[in-house]
Amino acid sequence: MTENPQQQTSSTGTAAIAGGPLRQAVVIGGNRTPFARSHGAYASASNKDLLTAALNGLVARFGLQGERIGEVAAGAVIKHSRDFNLTRESVLGTVLDHSTPAHEVQIACATGMEAIGGLANKIRLGQLDSAIGGGVDSISDAPLVFNDAARSVLMELNRARTVQDRIKAVLRFRPGHLAPEAPGTEEPRTGLSMGEHQARTTHRWGITRQAQDELALASHHHMAAAYDRGFFDDLVTPFGTLTRDNNLRADSTLEKLASLKPAFGRDLGEEATMTAGNSTPLTDGASAVLLGSEDWAAARGLPVLADFVDFETAAVDFVDGQEGLLMAPAYAVARLLQRQGLTLQDFDYYEIHEAFAGTVLATLKAWEDEEFCRERLGLDAPLGPIDRARLNVNGSSLAAGHPFAATGGRITATLAKMLHKKGPGSLGLVSVCAAGGQGIVAILRGR
Amino acid sequence: MSTDSYTALVNQPLGHRLAQALGLPQPAILRRHRPGAPLVDGPVLVLGGGPAADEAATHLLDWGQDVRRHPAAQDRYGAVVAAFDDVSTPAELSATALELGAVQRQLGGSGRVVTVYQDPEGTPDPAVRAARKGVEGLTRSLAHEMRQGSTANGIILGEGISLGAPGAAGALRFLLSGRSAFVSGQFIPVATDGGATPRDWDRPLAGRVAVVTGAARGIGAAIAETLHRDGATIVGVDVPAAGQGLADVVNALSGSALQLDITAPDAGERILAHCRERHGRMDVVVHNAGITRDRKLANMDADRWDSVIAVNIESQLAMNRAFLAAAGDGVVAAGLRIASLASTSGIAGNAGQTNYAASKAGVIGMVSATAPLMTGGGTINAVAPGFIETEMTAKIPFLTREVARRMNSLSQGGRPVDVAEAVSFLVSDAAGGTSGATLRVCGQGIMGA
Repeated sequence: MTENPQQQTSSTGTAAIAGGPLRQAVVIGGNRTPFARSHGAYASASNKDLLTAALNGLVARFGLQGERIGEVAAGAVIKHSRDFNLTRESVLGTVLDHSTPAHEVQIACATGMEAIGGLANKIRLGQLDSAIGGGVDSISDAPLVFNDAARSVLMELNRARTVQDRIKAVLRFRPGHLAPEAPGTEEPRTGLSMGEHQARTTHRWGITRQAQDELALASHHHMAAAYDRGFFDDLVTPFGTLTRDNNLRADSTLEKLASLKPAFGRDLGEEATMTAGNSTPLTDGASAVLLGSEDWAAARGLPVLADFVDFETAAVDFVDGQEGLLMAPAYAVARLLQRQGLTLQDFDYYEIHEAFAGTVLATLKAWEDEEFCRERLGLDAPLGPIDRARLNVNGSSLAAGHPFAATGGRITATLAKMLHKKGPGSLGLVSVCAAGGQGIVAILRGR
Repeated sequence: MSTDSYTALVNQPLGHRLAQALGLPQPAILRRHRPGAPLVDGPVLVLGGGPAADEAATHLLDWGQDVRRHPAAQDRYGAVVAAFDDVSTPAELSATALELGAVQRQLGGSGRVVTVYQDPEGTPDPAVRAARKGVEGLTRSLAHEMRQGSTANGIILGEGISLGAPGAAGALRFLLSGRSAFVSGQFIPVATDGGATPRDWDRPLAGRVAVVTGAARGIGAAIAETLHRDGATIVGVDVPAAGQGLADVVNALSGSALQLDITAPDAGERILAHCRERHGRMDVVVHNAGITRDRKLANMDADRWDSVIAVNIESQLAMNRAFLAAAGDGVVAAGLRIASLASTSGIAGNAGQTNYAASKAGVIGMVSATAPLMTGGGTINAVAPGFIETEMTAKIPFLTREVARRMNSLSQGGRPVDVAEAVSFLVSDAAGGTSGATLRVCGQGIMGA
């Protein structure tokens, strides 16, 4: 009789949850598909296809075929109701042991970070020895939903017991009922798109068009250079026809970016600064990050790139206009730094998700602003400036694109690799803003 | 996978009669290796009077074969081993050659003839060398005369090496088996008594870690699959752009994938680091990755020329330097085994392929010069495929393809697995007596024969 894999525990000693000491949760590596602008290269791929591909690429990279992973957590911001078990279904499509459990996570654009952070905590507590966290999104595979009026008719038809009732229900149908509702990026409570929200924040913080364009340009150039020197060789596995992110413009210039017309905040007239060039497009793609305890990694000869140190979620009240929709990470970072006894300047790398160039720049400016830090963050002094040479050094979402739930996995794997190269003890800060006025930030430490 | 519907046609009753009536080629369905299948279909007849005949019989009995030492008119043989190791004048070829001829029609489909003789270069005596060299001519011609998927090949014994040597036994077994389905008219030199007999002939690579470059598809994928079938753990390497195919291949084989451009200066180091970290060892390297950028030399540009040379040969030289420097370091096996993909284009030349042929002939030169540098019983050999049915050759225009695939003694193209079988044999301990050699897998293609 062979050992029952369901009962194996590789942890030595007592788990923290059972009274033992906390242990490190380490980032072993990651994998993602190239990201594709929506309705393009991945138009016929589903969320499940993409997530399965990202997982299978991870399995191939680390030789995990047939392995029972402690837990897989991932999610999609926009998905079909039939994909209620998207992650579990994707796991069943991989060559992982099919007794690998999986669950869904969803906190908008920070989904990947929440998935990874939650799993890391379980590993630190000794509940898991290994885990895969990530996410996927495909605007090309978005569900179309009957509008509420049509839904009301259809539900009535469903409830109808007699022929008469059925006929009555059917007679309520109108041509307008056929117009489906497509998912959007509008905030339900304000009716404003994310871009319109950010346009207000960008304007309030006085972020110039040029500063935004420069940030976008740097993102493209940094990422193209990283691809060219093979940095992504062990982070990306091609999918379909793509071998690189197809939003990436290696040959972009400030002049080209400056020629674009404003796309958001057009009501600001001359002062509108946000264009398609300094905002991320809707994107399709998936990512996955392999986490584990040190013992689990060592037993399999797997690399240890970084410790997942801590993460923090914040939310702001954007509805009444008191705070910008995407400013929550500014708050989360302040709390995380305080908890960990660190300053904003202690980091070797900063990975601030570029939802919009304006988001990054407004966040940086807020941390330097005495009044904001005192009034909003409750600090005696501003968090201060960061060394911009350490920001998004291998590009970020403006270049790669931003398949909502996949971005956390992209950033975590990229940063872990950078920190490992930098050396043991190096520190990295992740900041990801999300719809609903939320955001998740995290600290990784190089190994 | 194969686009060769003609072979399928002539292996049906009507098609067979049609081809016969029209005098068209009649390619047979070749016997290929399956784990657990008999080594040879039928009794093996051993001819010749030298020590090799007795040694062959001993090996065959060890392998549980039905061995016959004297021909009988009613017998139908699976294979004939003809030992010429004792010939010292051309006149002495006669007896065994004619005995062999007399039983040739008694050989079954996908039958085997294996001749054994001593290295002509090993003697300064004109008569002896003429006799030994004569065996080569006999074997090659007989290979042309074989029918129904049968082949004829030879084993060349080095000075002082008997057929009892492990490497000679390995060569004999390979040539008799379905593993050598598309090898005909070829010679395997066994120059040393190096190597060992595997514990399990169906898993000669058990416990080994094998790196296969260009593993994402085609011949590379077949090599990875075959080495894995034979027991090896696979490290699949391919360019990042081929990562999706690579992941699929590796996942099916429970191996690990390394996306890497082999022309990167640190490619060898990165492969070593991957093997060290993930698998703790590296026993086998198969340099399969290669590209074609065909143009007549008059139309050749630097980009086409240089990229083919860089990928197909310079990268291998650089990686081998790194691997050899690390051999015996506790991770890289002291007796590292390397196989490298050459091509019959590198032997015979091919219009439009000056760059490719330069790189592939370069591989043949590289393995012969690297062989003496191998330490700890390590070996390096090349495999030169002829026309193989791959995605690449499927793109050749129909008529050209149809002609190309018939221009060999088996009247058909080989399969990727045929190349893979030769590679798997050469990187096994059973081929430990062979190094610096190039084995053609071409069905005795007329190109460069």
